[in-house]
Amino acid sequence: MSRAAIVVAAVACAACSGRMPVLDPGGPQAARIATYWWIVFWLSALILAAVVAFLLHTLAHRRVAAAPASLVEDTRVERRLALGVAAAVGLTALTLVVLLVTSVATGRALRSFGGTDPLTLEVTGYQWWWDVEYWDPVPSQRVRTANEIHIPVGRPVLVKTRSLDVIHSFWVPGLHGKKDNIPGHGSSLVLQADRAGTFIGRCAEFCGVQHAHMQLLVIADQPEVFDAWLQAQRRSAVVPTDAFARHGFDLFMTGPCALCHTVLGTPAGGRRGPDLTHLASRRTLAAGTLPNTVGHLAGWIIDPQAQKPGAQMPGNAFGADDLSALLAFLGGLS
Amino acid sequence: MSSTVGPTSTLAPGEAARETLDRAALERVWSTPPGFLGWLTSASHKSVALRYIVTAFGFFALGGVLAALMRLQLTRPESRLIGPDLYNQIFTMHGSTMMFLFAVPVMEAFGIYLVPLMIGTRNVAFPRMNNFGYWIYLFGGLMLWTAFALDIGPDTGWFAYVPLSGPAYSPGKRVDIWAQLITFTEIAALVAAVELIVTTLKMRCPGMSLNRMPLFVWAMLVTAFMVIFAMPAIMVASTMLAMDRLVDTHFFNPAEGGDALLWQHLFWFFGHPEVYIIFIPATGFVSTIVSTFARRRIVGYPAMVLALIATGFLGFSLWVHHMFAVGLPQLGEAFFTAASMMIAIPSGIQVFCWLATLRGGRIVMRAPLLWALGFIALFVIGGLTGVMTAAVPLDLQLHDTYFVVAHFHYVLIGGALFPLLGAVLFWLPKMCGRMPDERLGRVSFWITFVGFNLTFFPMHLLGLGGMPRRVYTYARDAGLTTGNVVASAGAVVLTAGILVFLANVAWTLRRGAPAGDDPWGAETLEWATASPPPSYNFAYLPTVDGQAPLWSTQERPVVTGLRTDVREVLITDGVDATPDHRHRLDGASVWPFLTAVAATIGVVTALFTPWGVTIGSLLALVTLTGWFWPRGAPAHETVEQRP
Ligand code: HEC
Ligand SMILES: [Cu+2]
Repeated sequence: MSRAAIVVAAVACAACSGRMPVLDPGGPQAARIATYWWIVFWLSALILAAVVAFLLHTLAHRRVAAAPASLVEDTRVERRLALGVAAAVGLTALTLVVLLVTSVATGRALRSFGGTDPLTLEVTGYQWWWDVEYWDPVPSQRVRTANEIHIPVGRPVLVKTRSLDVIHSFWVPGLHGKKDNIPGHGSSLVLQADRAGTFIGRCAEFCGVQHAHMQLLVIADQPEVFDAWLQAQRRSAVVPTDAFARHGFDLFMTGPCALCHTVLGTPAGGRRGPDLTHLASRRTLAAGTLPNTVGHLAGWIIDPQAQKPGAQMPGNAFGADDLSALLAFLGGLS
Repeated sequence: MSSTVGPTSTLAPGEAARETLDRAALERVWSTPPGFLGWLTSASHKSVALRYIVTAFGFFALGGVLAALMRLQLTRPESRLIGPDLYNQIFTMHGSTMMFLFAVPVMEAFGIYLVPLMIGTRNVAFPRMNNFGYWIYLFGGLMLWTAFALDIGPDTGWFAYVPLSGPAYSPGKRVDIWAQLITFTEIAALVAAVELIVTTLKMRCPGMSLNRMPLFVWAMLVTAFMVIFAMPAIMVASTMLAMDRLVDTHFFNPAEGGDALLWQHLFWFFGHPEVYIIFIPATGFVSTIVSTFARRRIVGYPAMVLALIATGFLGFSLWVHHMFAVGLPQLGEAFFTAASMMIAIPSGIQVFCWLATLRGGRIVMRAPLLWALGFIALFVIGGLTGVMTAAVPLDLQLHDTYFVVAHFHYVLIGGALFPLLGAVLFWLPKMCGRMPDERLGRVSFWITFVGFNLTFFPMHLLGLGGMPRRVYTYARDAGLTTGNVVASAGAVVLTAGILVFLANVAWTLRRGAPAGDDPWGAETLEWATASPPPSYNFAYLPTVDGQAPLWSTQERPVVTGLRTDVREVLITDGVDATPDHRHRLDGASVWPFLTAVAATIGVVTALFTPWGVTIGSLLALVTLTGWFWPRGAPAHETVEQRP
């Protein structure tokens, strides 16, 4: 039964590891962990198979009980049984030593990645979205965005995790294990992508009502593409010239939006919600809850609670014209 | 041993008439008053324990309904069946109910029922306190579930991490109720633990030196000590949380110099041993069942005892493996990984000893054994995934995902519920005097076994696929749908298995064939008395001359000379169980119940105002005065040594 389960599991693992980010690593850290996983997995499968086989063999060859239980024991048999137990315990201890040593070695290897010139990011978890700041010694060169991280292929990325409200946990399974964002404690991890692609990340520590919808995307690009992206992100927004979008701009600045959201280069400087300076360049809305399309954006602005019940953004009652104007403005924030 | 002490002698064959007389007298003295009053006041370890067991299974059913609701919600992606707010209450209630209101109490209840019988005495050491513990437990559980019914159930998970559970992020009463429930179950668990330790160490029948004690009794003893050492941590933590919430202390508030990590250390210093508090009694069940149906003593009794004790110690040294994602210095990582892996050694010793016992025995295949065998397979899987999560690098990926959900259900359902259900079948004949149906016992096992694996095995893959714990839904394109559908289908099968099991129990209670004293041919002392046992357990306390007393061909002398007109028991030496003195136990009383009521009033009031503590204390002062008001004669007399 359980042996069959293991075989099924092994086949299933092989078949769908492409869909399982933990076993489909995109960088050296995740790859080291995946290697360790396979060592432990096959050892475990072996142990389980041995135990179950022994058990089934014992049952298949059981002696039929003729007499009631007795305390009379054959010392030779007892010796053999005790030796068997001792040998099995010895083997267990040996296996554990192997696992411990490889675990520590893997841990060391994970620490050794990092290089001299990592790209440094500060990721702050909020209920229920991620604030991302690309660090630069020159303050004006720093870039702030949300729920989406772009990284260059092949360069180590130092991610500093923080939180200012409750505990979150930053986890991009295709690139590395998780690291908690704990209020009052800074922490960090180094990850790296070895191939271009999109890696899904999510909050792994229960953080309240919308813990389920606290995702982020990590998009690994070739260094040139990344540099261009970073340059674009450094630009401030421009006040729209088109009258319609300008109306949307006014609505944004005079309405509640500006109290919670920042749009660089405009009076909007709120920090309670994601930075929207380059909203239109992002793929998702509300931490991976919705794809970033005009329709979803409109729905989100009117009634965030319907899309993500509990989210810390109130609904807005805009007329159709005002809403389209606002959307036109937001659509220009690329 | 027995020949050198006074009150022990073999009952002469001609004394049957005297025995009848003695039995009648004992029944008068030990029986519980009839009716409702008896129910409130009972000082019998058996009736209190049975009540405990039934109540615990009631909570198990409630927790199971919550599990079913969660599976229902997760069957489809983006499901809107259950909203996040309710879902969070549901998983918090599920975890808290299963851990605090089912698993720990039911294990301790089995201990309270079985230990006095297995060690050959008439009752537990503090019968009134025992009753008090039950009421506290019941009131705590009812409080929690009433809150849930009123939509103020706790919603921050069974480990209630701060700052989420603190005053700033969880306003309202929800977390207060959780913290109070913890306090209540602490008290009940501590009461049971003290009860079990004193009973085991001071009331074993003559001859039952520590090295002859049944393995189940050893397991309960180790468990009880673990409870005593683990509970203070959570008591401190939950009180600090309650104070943060109620009187604005800032123990856990980082903005005011408090520390959010402190909570995690305190919680897991309790929370990890808690798992062993559930698991160790289960190993006691398995040892008993395996030995009985292999028709031989357990291979390696000393190794088994040492393994239990080692588990008890090691269980306290690996709490940090719940916190690897916090980030630890390298040495710390290595230490806690090593400690976590090391606990596989005592567990391995136990598994190998059971396997060797089966190999060296003559196996009689009966339903309880089937559950124990299922346990071995499932526990090995759970143990291996435990080793995986103990390794820091892997844990960074697996922590807080469905892989961990799968792991701990293998350990808790496979490792504790399976033995428990086996134990129910095994001891049901003793408890109710009737035999369970063998065929239903087997059928329910196979359905449960298949359903269990179908439900929880896919969760390993879901975890590797990136599904975090405690999410009320997942995206359509996340690749998690298939696994969740299979798990939900499995849950249906699993439920069916449990229902067949319960049907078997119900059938047994009404129609089961009479069991007789020792239907399984087992060896421990509870099988030496009638089924169900009389209120006084044994007409004459037994003595033993080795392990497995009922399998011994030697004649077993009994203890005579205890008074039959009062509740008198024999107190023996803690190590070699030589008789020390006779001791009078308390009988039925309504004061424990009233004290529990007083404490409940205090706690419920404390939800709303700190004055609740004062009110509760004053009320308890009154009831405790009633409880301990001196009446009657001194409680014990020394045994005179006869040459
Ligand atoms: C009370 C503060 C608050 C106000 C007022 C507010 N928002 Fe938000 N907004 C938030 C928060 C918090 C989020 C993140 C929600 C989440 O993902 O859980 C958010 C998210 C968003 C997003 C999605 C951003 C992303 O990258 O995922 C958009 C777009 C947005 N808000 C637009 C607006 C507009 C337009 C207005 C004014 C009509 C507005 N917000 C008013 C707090 C606010
Ligand atoms: Cu979070």
